[in-house]
Amino acid sequence: MGTVPIFRKRLWERIVEALIHFSGWITLIILGLITVMLFREGLPIFSYTNPLSFIFGTTWLPVSSPPQFGILPFIVGSLVVTFVALLIAIPLGVGAAAFLSEIASSGLRELLKPIIEILAGIPSIVLGFIGFILLAPVVQSIFHLSTGLNGLTAGIMLSLICLPTIISISEDAISAVPKEYKEASYALGATKWQTIRKVILPASSPGIVASIMLGIGRAIGETMTVLMVSGGRLSIPTNITDPMSVLTARIAIEINNASFRGLQFQALFAMGIVLFLITLVVNIISDLVLEKQKRRLGQL
Amino acid sequence: MKLKRLIWIFVVLVILASACTSAPGTSSTSSTPAGTGSIVVKGSDTMVNLASAWAEEYQLKNPGVKISVSGGGSGFGITALIDGTTDICNNSRPWKQEEIARAKKEKGFDPVQIVVALDGVTVVVNPQNPVNDLTMEQLAAIYTGKISNWREVGGLDAPIVVLSRDSNSGTHVFFKEHVLQAKDKNAEYGSDVQFLPTSQSIHDEVARNPNAIGYFGLGYLSDKVKVLGIKKDASSDAVKPSLESIKDGSYPIARPLFVTTKGQPEGIIKEYIDWILSPEGQRIVSELDFVPIS
Repeated sequence: MGTVPIFRKRLWERIVEALIHFSGWITLIILGLITVMLFREGLPIFSYTNPLSFIFGTTWLPVSSPPQFGILPFIVGSLVVTFVALLIAIPLGVGAAAFLSEIASSGLRELLKPIIEILAGIPSIVLGFIGFILLAPVVQSIFHLSTGLNGLTAGIMLSLICLPTIISISEDAISAVPKEYKEASYALGATKWQTIRKVILPASSPGIVASIMLGIGRAIGETMTVLMVSGGRLSIPTNITDPMSVLTARIAIEINNASFRGLQFQALFAMGIVLFLITLVVNIISDLVLEKQKRRLGQL
Repeated sequence: MKLKRLIWIFVVLVILASACTSAPGTSSTSSTPAGTGSIVVKGSDTMVNLASAWAEEYQLKNPGVKISVSGGGSGFGITALIDGTTDICNNSRPWKQEEIARAKKEKGFDPVQIVVALDGVTVVVNPQNPVNDLTMEQLAAIYTGKISNWREVGGLDAPIVVLSRDSNSGTHVFFKEHVLQAKDKNAEYGSDVQFLPTSQSIHDEVARNPNAIGYFGLGYLSDKVKVLGIKKDASSDAVKPSLESIKDGSYPIARPLFVTTKGQPEGIIKEYIDWILSPEGQRIVSELDFVPIS
């Protein structure tokens, strides 16, 4: 009688083990399948237009005859909007993280952290709607623009999307700085600000860089918010207050209209490849930075 | 052992899933009133949403009829009808003479085109804008970027913020073909045109931006935007879009939408088209921003 439960237990153990193995492999398999599909559907466009004129072309006329596929305006748009978002989100996010872990009383921290988590949970379409209704008219009147639907508005809304990521990961990194570092700094007579700036932020910089990189990933991949407030102009923006289009929004708008495996469909998948490569580069850079920081800290 | 268990779980799940999906189907087929069979519909991309909405509603009421709808363009639909790969063709332009001739000569049938809806596009500006009407030529010049200041069309000295539907919209294509390309067949939207994702967002932006101009279907009109009268040319009267002016053809940015069958429709196809023309089918027409014919 006693052997049955043990046998059951072992069986159960093995099932769970198999499931965990499976869940580890499945991410790899899914990534592999996505990559294969992306390239299989996207690459054929290059028999119609060559890669250089695809990436550096400035005219996007997907449903004209003959169609033209140049995505430079959207690459520039994506970069501009992401840049604006980071310009706002990095100082605010890192500042908020330093405040939370170093300055705020524990009561205040317990109050603020859930609020930041709620900010992270707001659906992007809601942020887009808020940007369209509330922020766009304000941006338009402050900067005396002809329209409030532009890269600046999109960047501001987007910064709200990457803020929670940057705050929570930076905060973890800052909290993880050994107490001895701080104590040594105070013992040398440094003020709180000097300690934060000269000791805590440098010591936690790998984590902060990682949070920023995740923020970039979040910003570049965000679709709905940007689609609603960026203004949808198809030419290359010359100013952050120009209306513009981004890669993700273009794909989202056009894919359900493109005929299956037609030229437009292929071009949109090729745009997906470009997005994929951009995030890949961001990830590689962040890995390199982290690696370098770790080595530098190791030498300290 | 573990594999076997997984397989069993999988089998149970599949059975559960199929039981769930088949249950409502079996209960509803018991109340089939009319004929049964399947209908294939192909053609105009402008009409694909409308045709899908019709098909969905009709299939709910007549579970015995299966309707499949796909786009591809009016020309594609017409070819498909001639080749016999579709039962109904949606076309947002009338058949060309050579297409009718080909159907007669090769397949021996007369295409019967039935107007099922009208498509009209309203051009709107902010109520503060003093401009009340534009000629088709001015409208084309604004959307191609040749005119970029309201002063050039009798308004204030202010830049024109040009708003358009995006290329996923049939209205985008229609507006391009009928307004931008009325004179110049190669004209395209200008590089400063802003493409907004929905008719509603164009409405909202025009409602608050004194420099904006936009277009959308009649269904989105409200008193927060001002409808422009359109002149066919400089000497003609400005006409505002309305059910009447679209129907009698005096409003220039409008067109009929057709479904075409091989000869007079019969059987379930006739029942379906009769339903499309009924008040119920025409209610869906206005829900999707087109103009009903009755």
